[in-house]
Amino acid sequence: MTGSPDRGVWTLAEIRNGRVHEISGELLAWGRSLADSLGAPLVSVVPESVPDGDLDGLVAWGADVVIVLDSQEGTLPEDLLCPLLARLVRRHKPEIFIASATTTGRTAFSMLYAELETGLTADCTGLRVDEKTGMLLQTRPAIGGNVMATIKTPLHRPQMCTVRPRSMKPLVMDPSRRGRIVRETVEERSFVSRLEVLDSIRDVGRGTPISEADILVVGGRGMGHGGNFRLLEQLADLLGGQVGATRQAVDMGWAPYSSQIGLSGKTVSPRLYISFGVSGAIQHIAGMSTAEKIIAVNRDSDAPIFDVADLGIVGDVGEVLPALIRDMERRSGPCQ
Amino acid sequence: MEIAVMIKQVPATDSVKIDPETGTMIRDGLEMEINPLDLHSLEAAVTLRDRAGRGRVTVFTMGPPSALRAVRSALAFGCDRGFLVTDRAFGGSDTLATARTLAAALRKEGPFDMILCGERATDGETGQVGPALGHLLGASVLTYVNDILELGEGYVVVRRAIEGGEQVVRAKLPAQLGVVKELNRPRLTTLRRRQAARETPIPSLTAEDLGLPKERCGLKGSPTQVVSISYPEVTRSCEMIQVGTDVDRAVSVLAEALLKEVAPR
Ligand SMILES: Cc1cc2nc3c(=O)[nH]c(=O)nc-3n(C[C@H](O)[C@H](O)[C@H](O)COP(=O)(O)OP(=O)(O)OC[C@H]3O[C@@H](n4cnc5c(N)ncnc54)[C@H](O)[C@@H]3O)c2cc1C
Ligand SMILES: Nc1ncnc2c1ncn2[C@@H]1O[C@H](COP(=O)(O)O)[C@@H](O)[C@H]1O
Repeated sequence: MTGSPDRGVWTLAEIRNGRVHEISGELLAWGRSLADSLGAPLVSVVPESVPDGDLDGLVAWGADVVIVLDSQEGTLPEDLLCPLLARLVRRHKPEIFIASATTTGRTAFSMLYAELETGLTADCTGLRVDEKTGMLLQTRPAIGGNVMATIKTPLHRPQMCTVRPRSMKPLVMDPSRRGRIVRETVEERSFVSRLEVLDSIRDVGRGTPISEADILVVGGRGMGHGGNFRLLEQLADLLGGQVGATRQAVDMGWAPYSSQIGLSGKTVSPRLYISFGVSGAIQHIAGMSTAEKIIAVNRDSDAPIFDVADLGIVGDVGEVLPALIRDMERRSGPCQ
Repeated sequence: MEIAVMIKQVPATDSVKIDPETGTMIRDGLEMEINPLDLHSLEAAVTLRDRAGRGRVTVFTMGPPSALRAVRSALAFGCDRGFLVTDRAFGGSDTLATARTLAAALRKEGPFDMILCGERATDGETGQVGPALGHLLGASVLTYVNDILELGEGYVVVRRAIEGGEQVVRAKLPAQLGVVKELNRPRLTTLRRRQAARETPIPSLTAEDLGLPKERCGLKGSPTQVVSISYPEVTRSCEMIQVGTDVDRAVSVLAEALLKEVAPR
């Protein structure tokens, strides 16, 4: 490996609170297979200064080159980041550039692709290189997950896309891997941002956002009343997961909007989704059908949620949920 | 204060049906409606204007001639002017071509201080048009806006919902905002407004009006191409357990299934 990022497969590292987030490893796992098919270098672009150990981590996750935008000022506002990324792209001409479909990734890339006048495909769940043409084939769910569309960018470079968080696991870190770290000093402001962050409110209570949760315990109108959502939290704690909700449950004030799953809420891809009193309306299923394992509890054996579930329990939430919590508590108790 | 609201006409999601044979969405004969999130932009625009006691709200939609209905309902919502951006040459636009075309329309009919968009549309679900449009116009780009806290001379202060928290940002005008549904509750239109809207002329803007060469718009001006569409087979087969009178048995099956998933692999 020459250590040059030229014409490579690039990924935009996801930074939270000054540290490299695990999602960056998911992107590198996608990127590694693409880079290997193309015989191109895999690059991780880090949009702000982070501890050195985190940069080594990116190499251990598979990056051949890490480019850091070293700035004194922490997170750069999007309108300063965009021209810096555009300059790097124009200099090194990557074939492919991928980011995560998070709020930051989507925002940065929506500005960058317009600046570069190339294509951008949102929220992909599948990426591969076409053997004949060497082009990136990007697959994404459309119309609420009922249709999978495969999209390419034949004439413009880089081929850009955002990928759904959790659609790939990071590779196991290999500390013996070698890579090159390139520092790009962000010079004193040559121009001024149009944006000024007045306040950042970190939301400690909520923990992992549902779009990134491994395990989701979801409640719908069949929960009966808002107080019952406490039981869902108990179960989520026992399983090490987060609580999600349907729009009906959110509209009734039983759960915050940030936990709404579906067409007008968040798209989720957990390893395990278990729902209580959720009918499985198409707008809800649109947001969760890519979950790995789906379990549903509903008293109506015809509820459409059972059409997408792996395990269906036909019964009353009022009976099943408290008994399940008791059972789980017993199993995780000290006698075990 | 000149405010532009970008609305998209989408298939009505509550009339969406699934073909039981193929498991796919039936798109024929679907009713169209304004993208639900765009109603929140409309509400915000009209409220900002009314609170300021001056200014003008202009609504734009790009789509086939039938999208005129969307503009008309937006006028009934209380917008002052409406334009339909329509031309056969715009057919097949991807998000870049759409943003470019809308940017040309805003340049022609503007300038605007605020450009409001929905965070994403329920059909394409990309959320790429708004920020791309804002960027092309050289405006401040503000995504995931859930509150507009202050609109002052030359600046706006908003709150954004991002991963792990919220952010209060002050941005120079012009600013492009992508709004989420927590922003407000859209009002209902009144009969009087709907009647007035019926009389308001809605000019069309074509590629020629906008000075857009054909190779910059529509399918030709779109860097992305759809290669194929597939309908994923529903491969799940659901194991069903009736709780009946034996709750304990059902619960222990459930608990075991959960533990199997939770156990680290
Ligand atoms: C434009 C649009 C966008 C939408 N976006 C979303 C979205 O993003 N997310 C979303 O979730 N919805 C969305 N919806 C709403 C969606 O259509 C459904 O109304 C909603 O998902 C239903 O929520 P629910 O399953 O909680 O309630 P219901 O459909 O009322 O279902 C309740 C279920 O609970 C069961 N039940 C009742 N009591 C018990 C009990 N004691 N024990 C066991 N089971 C019980 C019932 O059998 C029933 O199946 C949207 C709708 C529209 C029109
Ligand atoms: N054809 C269009 N005409 C007007 N506005 C649009 C159009 N397409 C997208 N938008 C705007 O961009 C937002 C996001 O759409 P999308 O990027 O398609 O998810 C919408 O909520 C609209 O505000």
